[in-house]
Amino acid sequence: MQNTFAYFLDQLINGLTLGSIYGLIAIGYTMVYGIIGMINFAHGEIFMIGAFISIITFLILGLAGITWVPLALLIVLIAAMVFTSIYGWALERVAYRPLRGSPRLAALITAIGMSIFLQNYVQLLQSARNKPMQPVISGGVEVMRDGDYVVSLGFMQGIIIVLTIVLMVIFSLMIARTTLGRAQRACEQDRDMAALIGVNVDRTISLTFVIGATLASVAGMMFLLYYGVIDFFIGFLAGIKAFTAAVLGGIGSLPGAMLGGLLIGLIEAFWSGYFTVEYKDVAAFSILVLVLIFRPSGLLGKPDIEKV
Amino acid sequence: MSAETAIAEGATSPDLLGPIPGGGEAQLTVEHLTMRFGGLVAIDDVSFQAADARITAIIGPNGAGKTTVFNCLTGFYKPTVGRLALHHPKGEFLLERIEGFRTAQAAGVARTFQNIRLFPRMTVLENLIVAQHNKLMRASGYTVLGLFGLKRYREAEEKAVELARYWLDRTLLTKAADQEAGNLPYGDQRRLEVARAMCTEPVLLCLDEPAAGLNPRESQVLNELLLFIRDEHKMGILLIEHDMSVVMGISDHIVVLDYGRKISDGTPEQVRNDPAVIRAYLGEDEEDEPAGETAAGPESAAREGEERDA
Repeated sequence: MQNTFAYFLDQLINGLTLGSIYGLIAIGYTMVYGIIGMINFAHGEIFMIGAFISIITFLILGLAGITWVPLALLIVLIAAMVFTSIYGWALERVAYRPLRGSPRLAALITAIGMSIFLQNYVQLLQSARNKPMQPVISGGVEVMRDGDYVVSLGFMQGIIIVLTIVLMVIFSLMIARTTLGRAQRACEQDRDMAALIGVNVDRTISLTFVIGATLASVAGMMFLLYYGVIDFFIGFLAGIKAFTAAVLGGIGSLPGAMLGGLLIGLIEAFWSGYFTVEYKDVAAFSILVLVLIFRPSGLLGKPDIEKV
Repeated sequence: MSAETAIAEGATSPDLLGPIPGGGEAQLTVEHLTMRFGGLVAIDDVSFQAADARITAIIGPNGAGKTTVFNCLTGFYKPTVGRLALHHPKGEFLLERIEGFRTAQAAGVARTFQNIRLFPRMTVLENLIVAQHNKLMRASGYTVLGLFGLKRYREAEEKAVELARYWLDRTLLTKAADQEAGNLPYGDQRRLEVARAMCTEPVLLCLDEPAAGLNPRESQVLNELLLFIRDEHKMGILLIEHDMSVVMGISDHIVVLDYGRKISDGTPEQVRNDPAVIRAYLGEDEEDEPAGETAAGPESAAREGEERDA
């Protein structure tokens, strides 16, 4: 059965779904790294908070009697984006801005500290139990049938992949075309000079965190809908995977983050499908090691060439 | 009288009472500027004026404190003592009180660095458009409205491109508009820096060694560009430069610093003949030297040597 094309297609759909979620989180890592040169290890927790805000909003909507699925999804999406971006903004304002200009190690340790803090904060407020949710969207379309093996694309999977593509297109256009995007690229390339031509660097950095958190919150909501269960610890592994994706694609490179996310998702899905589920993380991280040995700046990253 | 008491009493430095050498109305008035880093006095009670529509050069041996003056003007350093008044059409700005990025945003002081600081992975045109960030940010309603293709924003963007094209034309870079700035030849990058500074629509242009590393032909092109900016745009230019052909060729007014102190201030003709300047640049004759300053001569000469190497 594993040799059929149908089985391959099934794994491909799973991989793309998973990769979309990783890609959205990875953008947050790579953007922050690009602009202030630090790894925001608390970004995985921002994703987790996005998932929690989604489940809370679903419960509130359920109590309020709004059960028409498209409307509920839209409200949850907006609520998750708005509240999570406030967390992202506050994280930068409270923990990272005071440390700007201090050694990188200080910022790194603070990021790890904030990650632990946010995990415990959610654990205390929401308890450590798993939070299950009824599937909101079920069903799907049959893609192909091979004997009695049916490959179907779930509506949920379709929504995840399409929403991710839409968000990434909007986001790429924003960086390439808008005034804010230009300011962001200017800050990334030379922060002092950007200030000298009148760019408000602090505000631009804040907005970078807000955008990263917004994308992570969408990933959080999709994770909740796809797996139907969350807890305060989901940010850790998803965060590490997304960070791996960002490094794999070339940290600092936005298309790299998207590509890296997809690759990590696909590797995991195919490894689970063809070898063993237990070793899927090993596979993903081994590929990372191999890429870093042969292409230290990642797949799409530009190597640092020092001009002498 | 020390610098502190002079400020407290609101006294104007005696140097600033007469007309500005080289003529023109004061655009920038620097009074009693002092910058200390711990025990090191980088600038010691320097006062001078720079006129609008004139080129004012700040010269001096390496380590004289020229770049420190620029850093104080553009908000990188907060001066220990001193008053830096910029006379702007919108009123008077005290630059020592303005926070970094607002110096460019509100007061209209543009600056370039000794080493090239372009945005290397943006195109030449984008470098000039990002310099008009604030104007576009306001017009686009902080980007949000810009996403919906608001008319006001499209017009503002067209105008920004027009201004960028104007400066590309003046700096002979029109053909390179879509190249990445980092790939341009060195001389072009230097001119692009000036163009980018002009795109911020400043009232005062501060250039830190714009001719460094240029060959004589390129530096001639740069001279013409600076004269064009002075004459056609009536822009005050403050220039740090080591290349004497540039300094003597285009400046209207020269301020000479040495060891953080002003040792001369006047027209190029006056400065060229000032014994204090000759001493600082070439060292003194051993025989003429006053007894207390025996060490000054060889040391200055040594610094002059380093300067040539650099």
